[in-house]
Amino acid sequence: MALWTLIGLAEGTATTRWPLKPGPDGQDGVIGMPRLEPERCDAGCSICADVCPTRAIALAEERLDLDYGRCVVCHLCVEVCPTDALTESNNWAFGVRARDDLRTDISVTPVARPSPSRHGFRRSLHVRHVDAGSCNGCESELQALNNPFYNLHRLGIFYTPSPRFADLLLVTGPVTRAMLEPLRRTWEAMPEPRWVMACGTCAVSGGIAPGGPCLSGLEGVFPVDLYLPGCPPNPAAIIEALLMFLGRMQQRLQRGRMNDK
Amino acid sequence: MNVAAQRHLDRSELEEAARTLRVQGGRMIMLYAAPEAGGTQNVRYVSSRSGIGFDIWVVPADTAIPSLATIWPLLGWYERETADHRGIVFSGQPEPFSLIAPLRSAEEADLRRLPDISGDAVQILPFGPVRAGVVESAEFSFFYIGEAILHYVPHLFLKHRGMEDRFAGQTPETGLVLAERVSGVGSAAHALAYSQAVEAAAGTTVPDRACYQRVIVAELERLYNHLHYLGHLADTTTLKVGHAEGALLAERAKQINARVTGSRFLRGIVAPGGMRRDLCIDGLASALDELRQQVHQYIKRLDASESYFDRLATTGLLPREIAFDQGATGPVARASGLDRDLRRDHTYAAYADPDLAFSVATHETGDANARARVRIAEIENSILMIQRAITLTPTGKIRIPCLPPPNREALGWAESPRGTLIYAVHFEEDGRLARVKIKSPSFSNWRVFPYTVHNTNMMDYAINEASFGLTIAGCAR
Repeated sequence: MALWTLIGLAEGTATTRWPLKPGPDGQDGVIGMPRLEPERCDAGCSICADVCPTRAIALAEERLDLDYGRCVVCHLCVEVCPTDALTESNNWAFGVRARDDLRTDISVTPVARPSPSRHGFRRSLHVRHVDAGSCNGCESELQALNNPFYNLHRLGIFYTPSPRFADLLLVTGPVTRAMLEPLRRTWEAMPEPRWVMACGTCAVSGGIAPGGPCLSGLEGVFPVDLYLPGCPPNPAAIIEALLMFLGRMQQRLQRGRMNDK
Repeated sequence: MNVAAQRHLDRSELEEAARTLRVQGGRMIMLYAAPEAGGTQNVRYVSSRSGIGFDIWVVPADTAIPSLATIWPLLGWYERETADHRGIVFSGQPEPFSLIAPLRSAEEADLRRLPDISGDAVQILPFGPVRAGVVESAEFSFFYIGEAILHYVPHLFLKHRGMEDRFAGQTPETGLVLAERVSGVGSAAHALAYSQAVEAAAGTTVPDRACYQRVIVAELERLYNHLHYLGHLADTTTLKVGHAEGALLAERAKQINARVTGSRFLRGIVAPGGMRRDLCIDGLASALDELRQQVHQYIKRLDASESYFDRLATTGLLPREIAFDQGATGPVARASGLDRDLRRDHTYAAYADPDLAFSVATHETGDANARARVRIAEIENSILMIQRAITLTPTGKIRIPCLPPPNREALGWAESPRGTLIYAVHFEEDGRLARVKIKSPSFSNWRVFPYTVHNTNMMDYAINEASFGLTIAGCAR
């Protein structure tokens, strides 16, 4: 019989100290959302908008607008851009409270939904996850949060099997019509105060899969309190978004622009 | 078309051809409907003959086609799926009801959901689609008495996204973005099978450097998937530390993926014509060395845990005949004694290079233990192949232009971590995609899985399901 517990203890701590203290976030090398510098664009050029499979880039009055809520991080735009207006970045911490903060369009003013105070939940948040049609990339990263490297529990955030015990409904996938009713019933079973998170680009906007058997993510389904695009968002991005939501970290993206670390 | 033979069959010749294929030792793979010029459609049957290649039979679908589900049971789901989506009638289908379409009436719901099982002690447990833990959505119906499961029916298409239809009208490069998002944990295999299909349609020969890099990427995917699998299996046998260690090893493998390709899921790297960027292999060999030792220790500890072995041995027995008839694939098939692997049988990328030291692991017992043993052998072989491929990778170009001429069609395939993955691509006059069919390994293995659940017991269910290593996104698409 292997002495699992003893050997496990002897191996020491596998968990990162990040984000509470300096330490690795585990995302070395991860390519994040593309960076847009519209001042570098050639007038009238729309090659990137033409190639974007999710119409995340739109040409409006000779200015490019990028909606990170639709971006699936395929980087086709970066490959075709002739002037380096779109470049690769390592930015992935895109959790925001207001949907419009994901847009570079400066003509809109982001307003977060007035949601109940999270004050009493800062160090104890229970999350019910529902897969509403994802490709399982998001699930893979959500499961990874419970591995010893991230160890989500240490931050006071827990997955709960029952919606009755849940504070936050975390939704992945573009919301298929067949999953709409189970999703609604899960939400209705949650006690108030309750919040909703759209996790991954599909849940934010429909991603690659709006239309046909799918809706456009949570748009028009529930009021959403926390948006995190990404395809899929990596575990560190999910941690940052949740801690930001609980008031324990700063929101890094404002009006589609990143306040770099 | 990159197949051994494509021939047109009349529907009256179909059953005879299907029987002959069995006698000759061939194997049916799938069927799908494709549009033809003039607005008609026909059905293509894809089969394989070992050492020869894939065959395609084209059968007109203007009137009912005889069902082949009694000769090749694995075709049952493909026929029902094609009936749902394309309105084609398969006469004599033994399960003549919808597989994917939402239920239209209570009668249809009864027909699909509830076999006629009754008795005082028989209970029905509907489970899902929202289940405990962070899992994919699916609904399961158990008919049971106490601990004993009499019958089991999974409903797997609540998250059907219509992925195949989304390819219509896409360019080869935007189609790639879709392919990578059919099943997230199979992104690299999907990109590879799709790219190879487009390359075959275009007649492109991929540069050698890209071929070896594709082996590295494909085996990195197998590695993190199989490590996750072992952790999950340990979880279902309540080996908590074993679960944590397996999950940690999978995390380390994903972090290696990110350093090598920029993506934890190996996305955005394989593309039609080669690779989108060079791999960053600095430090990969030493990182793998370290991982190999940790994995080795982990597996040694699993092997020394009797409680773990006791829960796996004889659990979820899949006899070889059922595995073959119902279409089991990948490690599940190999654990039931079926010696099939696309990397060897229909070789691609650089797998034909003997210096890679590729070997196919099989097992005879067909239980959960055999399925785990096959994957353990594959983990070891994958690490070895990546290390060999690093030194064998030649210098040179990594990508060449790849634009298929109008109206071409082709197959592309890859042995994904879960088994046979095939893309059939058809192009339009304007060079855009007209139709894409995806034969995914989880679609095949979910069809097989219930045969290992009927007449077993509740305590073994979670272990058995984990031992299959299934995804629902891959099945539902």
